[in-house]
Amino acid sequence: MELWVFYLAAAAAVASALVAVTHRNPVINVLALIVTFFCVAVNFALMGADFLAGAQVLIYAGAILVLFLFVVMLLGAPTVSAEENPRPIQKTLGAFLAALVAAAGFFFFRGFSGEGLASPHAGVTTHALGRLLVGPHLFAFELVSVVLLAALIGALVLVKRKH
Amino acid sequence: MVTIGHYLVLSSVLFAIGAGGVLLRRNGIATLLGIELMLNAANVAFVAFAKQHGNLEGQVVVFFVMAVAAAEVAVGLALLVAIFRRLQSIDVDRLSAMRW
Repeated sequence: MELWVFYLAAAAAVASALVAVTHRNPVINVLALIVTFFCVAVNFALMGADFLAGAQVLIYAGAILVLFLFVVMLLGAPTVSAEENPRPIQKTLGAFLAALVAAAGFFFFRGFSGEGLASPHAGVTTHALGRLLVGPHLFAFELVSVVLLAALIGALVLVKRKH
Repeated sequence: MVTIGHYLVLSSVLFAIGAGGVLLRRNGIATLLGIELMLNAANVAFVAFAKQHGNLEGQVVVFFVMAVAAAEVAVGLALLVAIFRRLQSIDVDRLSAMRW
């Protein structure tokens, strides 16, 4: 049962990821990536990471990709999709490098197959995760809030029109 | 039984697709989407290893990656909007002002 859910989610994730990077219409790219992120959330839930599965849906599918959609609409989808064909050298070299990444990942990770995963964490992990965040990782946690504030101000400054 | 190998293969396939998107597309938005896909692929590997080792540190890292990805997207999209206002295009090949 678990295996079938995994295969279904993984196949949907890979298929929608392929659509997300190959389709010429940016709106379809973004919507396909939302499907991918939902499938990744399913995989998180399968691995017992319930908080991260929720955060994935809320932050990635809910916030980040909606931001993408807003920008696609703002820039005008027809203008954006008027992309010339990639140059032949870019096409072959890019495909070769991506295949190299895939091969490297496959051969590196092949050594890990065969080992079964540890049994899922008992109950929900949200409580333990929260303890870790405000305990040993408190400094990084606070630092992330500063990073988010800096990004907020940076984005505002970058898009501000000069009068 | 889903082994860690399954998740790692899924992770590397997603990462390669994201890398292909960054390398092959010249649309700035598609490039950013590829970066997001690569970050997510790394997250899958982190959660898989966290489960394998039975501790939650990997999930903490994924939490931080999500926060930093949100910041990265906000700044990246703001850059794209600024570029579009300047060039009336988001073809990343046209950003050649600082070439060599």
